[in-house]
Amino acid sequence: MNIRIKFRKYGAMKFISHLDVMRYFQKAIRRAKIDICFSEGFSPHMIMSFASPLSLGVTSEAEYMDIRVKNASSSGEMRERLNQTMAEGIDVISVRLLPENSKNAMSLVAAADYQLCFRKDAKLADGWEAKFLEFLKSPEIRLIKKTKKGEQEVDIRPWIYQCVVADGIIMLQAAAGSVHNLKPELLIQAFADWAGITLEPFSLLVHRKELYAEIGDGEKKVLIPLEELGEDFGE
Amino acid sequence: MERKLAVKDEILLSVQQPARYIGGEVHAVMKDKEKVNVRFAMCFPDVYEIGMSHLGIQILYDMFNRREDIWCERVYSPWTDMDRVMRAHQIPLFALESQDPIKEFDFLGITIQYEMCYTNILQVLDLAQIPLLATERTLEHPFVIGGGPCAYNPEPLADYFDLFYIGEGETQYFALMDLYIKWKQKKESRETFLKQAAQIPGIYVPSLYDVTYQEDGTIASMRPNCQEAPERVTKQVVMDVTDTFYPKKPVVPFLKATQDRVVLEIQRGCIRGCRFCQAGMLYRPTRERDLSMLKEYALAMLANTGYEEISLSSLSSSDYSKLGELVTFLIEECGKKGINISLPSLRIDAFSLDVMGKVQDIKKSSLTFAPEAGSQRLRDVINKGLTEEVILDGARQAFVGGWNRVKLYFMLGLPTETEEDMRQIAWLAEKIAERYYDVPKEQRHGKCQIVVSTSFFVPKPFTPFQWARMCTKEEFLHRAYVVNHEIKEQKNKKSIKYNWHEADVTVLEGILARGDRRVGKAILKAYEKGCLFDSWSECFQHQLWLEAFEECGLDLAFYTTRERKEDEIFPWDFIEIGVSKKFLLREWKRAQKGEVTPNCKSACAGCGAAVFKGGVCIEHQN
Repeated sequence: MNIRIKFRKYGAMKFISHLDVMRYFQKAIRRAKIDICFSEGFSPHMIMSFASPLSLGVTSEAEYMDIRVKNASSSGEMRERLNQTMAEGIDVISVRLLPENSKNAMSLVAAADYQLCFRKDAKLADGWEAKFLEFLKSPEIRLIKKTKKGEQEVDIRPWIYQCVVADGIIMLQAAAGSVHNLKPELLIQAFADWAGITLEPFSLLVHRKELYAEIGDGEKKVLIPLEELGEDFGE
Repeated sequence: MERKLAVKDEILLSVQQPARYIGGEVHAVMKDKEKVNVRFAMCFPDVYEIGMSHLGIQILYDMFNRREDIWCERVYSPWTDMDRVMRAHQIPLFALESQDPIKEFDFLGITIQYEMCYTNILQVLDLAQIPLLATERTLEHPFVIGGGPCAYNPEPLADYFDLFYIGEGETQYFALMDLYIKWKQKKESRETFLKQAAQIPGIYVPSLYDVTYQEDGTIASMRPNCQEAPERVTKQVVMDVTDTFYPKKPVVPFLKATQDRVVLEIQRGCIRGCRFCQAGMLYRPTRERDLSMLKEYALAMLANTGYEEISLSSLSSSDYSKLGELVTFLIEECGKKGINISLPSLRIDAFSLDVMGKVQDIKKSSLTFAPEAGSQRLRDVINKGLTEEVILDGARQAFVGGWNRVKLYFMLGLPTETEEDMRQIAWLAEKIAERYYDVPKEQRHGKCQIVVSTSFFVPKPFTPFQWARMCTKEEFLHRAYVVNHEIKEQKNKKSIKYNWHEADVTVLEGILARGDRRVGKAILKAYEKGCLFDSWSECFQHQLWLEAFEECGLDLAFYTTRERKEDEIFPWDFIEIGVSKKFLLREWKRAQKGEVTPNCKSACAGCGAAVFKGGVCIEHQN
């Protein structure tokens, strides 16, 4: 059985790196006595993969992890067992059974929703929202992106799918995953450079709200939250 | 309600591994501070990943927190990056669980596991904004109490601690806490509490003792300066190691700790009596835990933590009488759950090779031998009951079984060592390599790889070598040179790799290990000059330490290269560990004659530990 688990990461847990979150779940799955499948070989490891790593300092209400299990009675029971052994700052929100042969979450991720704001003691000068909207009107936003191969100039404007700002909060939907990935920090830095604003270090608070798969036919983009590709089971 | 962190987000994001400072791990204990009588901060003065690997703190953390009226929390040394930020922003050092400042606690307990953490102890006090000198603390400050192996010579740290706990923590801590609760209600002076505490067995209050010195610098006397303090402080031991405290739910760190596994302590103490080994004397008598208890705890700890590995812990696992049964049980239970078993400190023989073949990937693992000395003569001097025949036979069996990597551990600078002894280290490695190439080619797995590592010998208190002269840095390095040169002369030199330890840090360790109260000033001076994390080679600043000793007018040779007279009063003589000074002296003399002493199970050598009336002293009395 292929299972997709959606969880929240908040509070002090935002200081736990992606690698440590993976190690955390390996232990949590043993504690919760989930009947997980292991790979073959002399040192078997759990069949487990994560949709998209979250940067240190970022909170989220939509993290996804796929696991393969031999047995599970129901979504509710598995969620309950996991939540009983979670540390404060991680809650399991949903446990869904995936159809046979479905792709894993990592390869499906196409977009993400973010909520962005500035730290209370590092707010930008009044009127920044209007400037930000003006910035978004640019037909292209070119910047230098560091990749494994070196630096590359890219236009990130097409990767911004939706973006609104109100009451000091930016709601952003942007490309995510292995094809194109727009880190919100990069967008805000580009804005600051454009507007001549100096950002204080770590002043942007990033919160991920959802991760989507793309299920359109290639002509029109259709996004659906990753959890909706699976179903509750055994209820 | 979410826990509020002591340090702001932007600071945590600017340091390495912020998870070191946030607490909140699985099985970390939260309590309401208003509902407890005692707040105890338990500290391991090194970085989080090291400190979290320490079993002793996990045992005491669990023990204290079983009591509703005590809340025990943890604190570790902030790494240098965090240290700088905390000083710049005046952030007081805080406990991980509540994130409250340590200075608001009732006790700060510091485990002192090795000498090279002494400046870190001062860092912890300093960052906590607690006066470094015990004499300058007031009712506003916590009591600072030290424990662990280095507390068996507490004198270099005497100025900085209010109390020391000598022995195993499971025994007298509750008595101390009860005394504290009563004292707190009466609102009496700090001195009153300390004088009462000094009457609890195992508690040493350094301020209640005066030391006088002879003209030659050795101790003339060490006496209590009040009625309340006992002449001698007796080590406390748990005599029933089965029906006692042990955590079923140890705290599981988010970060990968050095010890990233369940640790099952199977016994305390060691029957072997190696003459250089401090632990082997301090933790006598050897006491085994009951097999059924170990089985129960192994399963419970694995289930509660989710670790994928379990490690047996003891000074010499092969001497545990039910090892076979325990290992068979673990292989059965762990095999089906994909859990690894790690078996350190095993003697290499047919049994252990069989077991290791079952629990680990032979291709990836290596065999470890610790002959400690190259020649049989010197092994007899140190009472290491391991013969060349046993080593070579173990190696041969291992090579036939498919292993091709061997690690060998030795010490250089042992008493009576000659150049011949040093060269024999190389010869032993060569003989092992030859054993490998004796195995028919079709049964071998490529080349063999022998790694020879030498550390430099440091004489430790409460060992037969406590009287011994320690080498100078130059003598140590010369010894390493001799070994290195001789290895290069061997036929199979390409299969032998040689590593040696740094000498500067060893000399310093020697000074602190057998130091007296006067050494304390130099520790403070070194700390003020910027010494910190001295056990980390990237942080160790030898020159600053030399300056500190010089400025304090201390003669390094007095503490290191001087051979002590038989009747010298040592700074640690006031501590009673069961093993008598008379026995240690007898062993020192036997060592010089190369006479071996049988282990505790073969024949009682009358060391004195029988005074505790238990363990191997009773079980193996014929």
